[in-house]
Amino acid sequence: MPEVLKAPLVVEFPFTRSLGPVQSAFLTGLRERVVLGVATADGRTLVPPVEYDPVTAEDLRDLVEVAPTGTVTTWAWNHEPRRGQPLDTPFAWVLVRLDGADTALLHALDVPGPDAVRTGTRVRIRWAEERTGAITDIACFEPYDGEPAELTGSDGTFEEKVTGIVAHARLDYTYSPGRAQSAYIAALSGRRTVGERCPSCRKVYVPPRGACPTCGVATAEQVEVGPAGTVTTFCIVNIKAKNLDIEVPYVYAHIALDGAGLALHGRIGGIPYDQVRMGLRVEPVWTDGGRYPDHYRPTGEPDADYETYKELL
Amino acid sequence: MTRDIAVVAFGQTDTLRTTEEMSEVEMLMPVLHDVLERTGLKTADIGFTCSGSSDYLAGRAFSFTLALDGVGAWPPISESHVEMDGAWALYEAWTKLLTGDADTALVYSYGKSSPGPVRDVLTRQLDPYYLAPLWPDSVALAALQAQALIDAGDTDEPALAGIAARSRATDNPHAQLRGPVPHGDYLVRPLRTGDCPPIGDGAAAVVLAAGERARALCERPAWIRGIDHRIEPHALGVRDLTDSPSTRLAAEKAGAFERPVDTAELHAPFTSQEVVLRKALKLGDDVRVNPSGGALAANPIMAAGLIRIGEAATRIHRGESDRALAHATSGPCLQQNLVAVLEGDPR
Repeated sequence: MPEVLKAPLVVEFPFTRSLGPVQSAFLTGLRERVVLGVATADGRTLVPPVEYDPVTAEDLRDLVEVAPTGTVTTWAWNHEPRRGQPLDTPFAWVLVRLDGADTALLHALDVPGPDAVRTGTRVRIRWAEERTGAITDIACFEPYDGEPAELTGSDGTFEEKVTGIVAHARLDYTYSPGRAQSAYIAALSGRRTVGERCPSCRKVYVPPRGACPTCGVATAEQVEVGPAGTVTTFCIVNIKAKNLDIEVPYVYAHIALDGAGLALHGRIGGIPYDQVRMGLRVEPVWTDGGRYPDHYRPTGEPDADYETYKELL
Repeated sequence: MTRDIAVVAFGQTDTLRTTEEMSEVEMLMPVLHDVLERTGLKTADIGFTCSGSSDYLAGRAFSFTLALDGVGAWPPISESHVEMDGAWALYEAWTKLLTGDADTALVYSYGKSSPGPVRDVLTRQLDPYYLAPLWPDSVALAALQAQALIDAGDTDEPALAGIAARSRATDNPHAQLRGPVPHGDYLVRPLRTGDCPPIGDGAAAVVLAAGERARALCERPAWIRGIDHRIEPHALGVRDLTDSPSTRLAAEKAGAFERPVDTAELHAPFTSQEVVLRKALKLGDDVRVNPSGGALAANPIMAAGLIRIGEAATRIHRGESDRALAHATSGPCLQQNLVAVLEGDPR
């Protein structure tokens, strides 16, 4: 069995999210250094505020200002901050009940060590210098020895309300393709296309994924297929993809390699795009250093008879 | 409820730190074959198939469709998927069997945590407005809950270490951590490495059957006497982190309090969460808790909850339990909780 293949895989996704009226007021308030909660029918003030009562599911709309000072309700010492977290030096995660609020808000507390924090520690917000209307407008909390800070008197009405946030995310993975696909990729590096045969239905899967989706059993017997094959169907691509150095229009086709039980796909070159047809016999074209066929070109053989590939459409 | 439904077979992989030499379907397939062989069923005999997994774990979009290759889903089968632990897939399958649309169901789930930074990956399930931008990782959130329990006098660090040691003193051959394991340094204080679950890859599968079909497929079926799942408010700061009202309510709806159970399989990835669950479920000292080692011994995310149901059922199959409780959780600090009560026929 070839060695396990691995490659970095980065998944990044900026989600653009719209805000409801309460979230909009709260995040706009943070931009203006004002902290707003929302009042429930039974007289509690929720901070951070939500759009619906967590108990009754009633709409919540009554904004109430609370102080930027408060009390730690629980904490955890984070000696090794991770990417994206509020501080890059060791800090305490804290849930803070702000003065005037009945619920707690999660954030970071900047203190030198775990001995400087306990449940009940008094803290205040340290505002970020640049604020955009996001939870990160609170840079973190810091210790505070005093009475509840005074309110600004805001009623939650602001000019230029924030109506949405863009939430960036990045996750770094190490991709490994598994046994069957590793074997396939390893063979490709020797310019051979190797599929796997189902022990039950005898179909040869290319590329193999390790299982026969019809029979639900493992495939294992390796079968070299091709190199030539037959175009079973195709489309003409007229839109240039980003970062793709191929002139349009070009043809992208399903190609049943000789001996394969299903078609794989690839680009067809070496023939005008409007002359590609079902049944066209093609062969792979490798480029120096290429890890897979760059494209397929006509072999010059007569077209395959429809009966020979109709099951592979 | 008009039909009796039982777990008639359970299979699981060993949970391993990495399964990089296998794709997800390659990891899963032996378990699917295992439960089918135990029952003598073929894919074509299964009335409904339901799976649980999350593409975020390994970073592979639509990985669950590829996993279906291992089932043999052609010609098309009746199938569904939940982006949750397989315990919730089992719940869906149970409701499907209740309707009478199917007599048997195959439930499976799998998770590969090894390819990604799982503590960070799990932040993506949090509230995207107020929490996710801060990247509070799964251990940090559990540590906040643990500190709240310590402050409330519900536990202390030595007691948590005791839970870890008891859990890993299991003879479960599939466990990733077994035997004496150093309790280690703080990961996020007050939680030490020993308070946290190992990171691993694994898969599990269960076969459900209704009525006489269950009796035909299994000598001593594990009848699901009740199953229910509930959720806490999603804002952490609204909750009392030392309690789990959703677990208690789910247990009540599942009938857990009607008679004592002899065994409980709890899905508590962190030692501190066992403290919360024991309290919510009113488990006495006479109840065997997590003989399998629980999630502290093996925590294949997305399968670890289904494994709790499978482990409880297996003990009933073997005659080691007559009435067992199984619990599964999802989300930060026991956000969502499922409770099932399983019973064997009187001996």
